[in-house]
Amino acid sequence: MNLVFGRLSRRSLVLALSAVALASTVSDAAAQSTIKWLHLESNPDRLATWQEIAANYEAEHPDVKIEFQFLENEAFKAKLPTLLQSNDAPSMFYTWGGGVLKAQTETGAIRDITAAMDADNGAWRNAVSPAAVDGLSIDGKVWAAPVQSGLVSFFYNKALFEQAGVDANGIKTWTDFTAAVQKLKDAGITPIAGGGGDKWPIHFFWSYLAMRELGKDGFDAAKAGEGFQGEGFVKASQMLADLGAMEPFQEGYLGATWPDTQAVFADGRAAMVLSFENTATPQNQANAATDGKGLAEDAIGRFAFPLVDGGAGVVTDDFGGLNGWVVTTNAPPETEDFIHYMTVENAGLLAEKNNILPTALGSDASVKDPSLADSAAQMAKATWHQNYLDQDLGPNVGRVVNDMSVELVSGQVTPEDALQQVQDAFSMEM
Amino acid sequence: MTETVAAPGLSAGTALARPKVRRARIRGKWPVLVLFLPPALLLFTVFVILPMGEAAWYSFYNWNGYGLPTQWIGWKNYELIFRQGAFRNALVNNGLIILVSICIQVPLALWLATMVTKHIKGATFFRLIFFLPYVLADVAAGMIWRFVYDGEFGLVANIYHMMGLNAPFWLADKNAAFSAVLGVIVWKYFGFHMMLFIAGLQAIDKSVLEAADIDGATGWQKFRQVTLPLLGSTVRLSVFFAVIGSLQLFDMIMPLTGGGPSNSTQTLVTFLYSFGVMRMQVGFGSAVGVVLFVICVTLAFSYKRIFMKND
Repeated sequence: MNLVFGRLSRRSLVLALSAVALASTVSDAAAQSTIKWLHLESNPDRLATWQEIAANYEAEHPDVKIEFQFLENEAFKAKLPTLLQSNDAPSMFYTWGGGVLKAQTETGAIRDITAAMDADNGAWRNAVSPAAVDGLSIDGKVWAAPVQSGLVSFFYNKALFEQAGVDANGIKTWTDFTAAVQKLKDAGITPIAGGGGDKWPIHFFWSYLAMRELGKDGFDAAKAGEGFQGEGFVKASQMLADLGAMEPFQEGYLGATWPDTQAVFADGRAAMVLSFENTATPQNQANAATDGKGLAEDAIGRFAFPLVDGGAGVVTDDFGGLNGWVVTTNAPPETEDFIHYMTVENAGLLAEKNNILPTALGSDASVKDPSLADSAAQMAKATWHQNYLDQDLGPNVGRVVNDMSVELVSGQVTPEDALQQVQDAFSMEM
Repeated sequence: MTETVAAPGLSAGTALARPKVRRARIRGKWPVLVLFLPPALLLFTVFVILPMGEAAWYSFYNWNGYGLPTQWIGWKNYELIFRQGAFRNALVNNGLIILVSICIQVPLALWLATMVTKHIKGATFFRLIFFLPYVLADVAAGMIWRFVYDGEFGLVANIYHMMGLNAPFWLADKNAAFSAVLGVIVWKYFGFHMMLFIAGLQAIDKSVLEAADIDGATGWQKFRQVTLPLLGSTVRLSVFFAVIGSLQLFDMIMPLTGGGPSNSTQTLVTFLYSFGVMRMQVGFGSAVGVVLFVICVTLAFSYKRIFMKND
């Protein structure tokens, strides 16, 4: 036994020594830090822009090396909890904010970047849209650096609107909207492309209706603990159920995925879609349409989600995505600087080449695509930016909201029962 | 005879000798046990026992997978499971899959197996054709059938359009979706059961059937009185696989319907995934896993005990 131990310890000594030697050579040879950048970008063109930015940064900072790590979307979501708690944690990774980000803050695996944002009299903080910083802050600390945000609004097919005699500029309230839906139906046109199979496309409707009904204060109060069973939520849910009863969606919409839904709109099979800011771009139309072309950019119009009668919300209350980059606890100290370099100093480049709407102020001038610029102009006037509810409320409550939106619109559940289910899930989180 | 005569004489001696022999035998086995058991035991413990124990432990927590579970909530997760309409749907659906397997799939497979084992032209070809769906990956099958059922561009839609009718959207209709899914399940797995029956049929002694022929039995009588009883163990095995397969069904459902519309096509495993994994309710998901485990073990063991005890 002793012999074995003796041999073992001698061996482990050698191992330990060589490990020390190895470690020191590594740090000597490079004396540099590696930023491990975990991303989900599968579009090679967009990735090329990032690589260009990373290469420029490396050239300016010879002691920093940037290493790209890719995970596919679903794999990313499934793997991240384990990855963050391991020694292989990335230095920075993508976030949609909301409940997932909140859960991550509670693990100690990520660090807040408040100090970096406030350095130099808040140079970074002042260069970014306050709504975006606010959206990625929890309890007064900034937990992710905003990079881009999005805007969900109604896109419509101009030709089909004309055919039915609907004037998009006249749609200001929900009553106007439902009247337009009826007019389109009367003209034999499917009014809205809906993706009930994926569920979240329908949660856009519920979210916006609730936002328009309650306004920012009412909504914040609900999230802060007042819950989701108040009168405003009942009214919003009822409006969604009433819309569903008009049967405004394409046939079989309850099984339709998001790509199906986009195809319905891009093929001209439905007059409207409640969708992301990039809906009308030629690239997106070509991807979405069955014929590989889709609608021309100037054949598509956009209007903001209408107001509801007597609601507290205003038309400049925006709903859409908000994305940022999170820094992990053990990331090299240069990580924040690199993220600043990428998201603020290169915001114009990202806007121009990657067709995104950066959160960095003043970058909207670089948005070249006319329909994107239109969305950017609305966002610049935002009084409130609400992140997607299925992100903001966390994966559990968020998915119940998605489920209930579809159940409401298809008449499977009463507003009261739907809200009870949301509330049940919400109380488990509190 | 010789044995019975010899036995009394030996009994006294063996009674004394036996413990020694056994000890010797065990001693002889020790090196084998020490050498070969630990790796297998270790692997089994690390990859089977431990995760099962962990799942059972997590199932008592409200936990999202980050950090360590701290919020103990007792049996609340289990209560929640049984209050979920989607879980009841999943249970009923799993039951329906088993029922359809037994009532449609197994008889169909048996019938086709008897056809393709006959020495007729093209039998081997058809055997291959019938087996093909089973070879296809479940996910691929799900995606193909999603397209087939599509009410706008799919095969079904085209057939309806040709007849001048409006095509149905089966996968979007919560009353029809699960029937459509059952159709795909039968299509996908009958080939597998058919193969089992072909193997079973080939193992039947031809002379028994010839004897029945000589006795003047009709085709049906031969099947009912000779083939079927001799295939008994294969039928029981086939049903067993259908039951286990039903409880595992997941990767075909996800691309086909994702459990929707209105959770009408959930199975136990898709329920676990949608409500546990996707919602980051690891505690709740673990509780579903435990329930699924209990159901599986109970079904498997009682089935083996009751129906397969002689096989």
